[in-house]
Amino acid sequence: MRYAILLLGAPYSHQAAHSALRFARAVIARGHHLEAVFFYREGVHNAARLASPPQDEPHLVDGWTTLNQEHGVRLEVCIAAALRRGIVDADEAARHGKQGHSVQAPFELTGLGQLVDLGLECDRLITFGA
Amino acid sequence: MSEEPNGDSGDLLVILRHGPHGTSYLKEGLDTALVAAAFGRRVSLLFMASGVAALVPGQGAGPLGQKGTQPTLAMLEMYDIDRLFVDGAGLAELGVAPESLTPEATVIEGDAIAALMAEHALVLTF
Repeated sequence: MRYAILLLGAPYSHQAAHSALRFARAVIARGHHLEAVFFYREGVHNAARLASPPQDEPHLVDGWTTLNQEHGVRLEVCIAAALRRGIVDADEAARHGKQGHSVQAPFELTGLGQLVDLGLECDRLITFGA
Repeated sequence: MSEEPNGDSGDLLVILRHGPHGTSYLKEGLDTALVAAAFGRRVSLLFMASGVAALVPGQGAGPLGQKGTQPTLAMLEMYDIDRLFVDGAGLAELGVAPESLTPEATVIEGDAIAALMAEHALVLTF
């Protein structure tokens, strides 16, 4: 089956992000295809490249990045939800006259149309967090 | 664009469970609906629980500096989103008369809600 994940929860404050990453690994281990993870609402904080959790805790941002590198899972971040919360890539930082940026590849800022397309094109869209 | 309430299926059903104030759920759900419609998807809306408050007329933006949702609701028709449904139980709970709603929505309850969900390829809940 072709799966996609919609993640609405911020890392560390909500179980949603941790569960979503475990689910992603489990789906792939079962032989399914995971097309993309779409980060929306507080979920956009999963894309914060400066995240530096204590070393004895799971590093979720690195976890998503590794998932992309190993399995090609696209990491799509809602641009409207992200910019409001200071989750900004280099292009958007330049556009808005900000120094520094908080998002880098393989995370990509994209639009809500992508979420709708994922939901309609994949066999299953699984939501974590509410 | 005058489909029967339980007739032809749509692509996307957006369920709105939160009122206009306190959280951004309603705004984000409506944004998703507008984007999907702009990309040519057939979109239906279902207002449930506190979400029915979104259709109560006369609500301002409030003092928090957030945008109100009434202007967005007024734009739905322009995006060809004309299949609006409202949960009768939610209306009763809040004591809202169905005929006072703006924009107008079809009241449905019980099994009809399940059928509405089943006839859409994608359901997103906010």
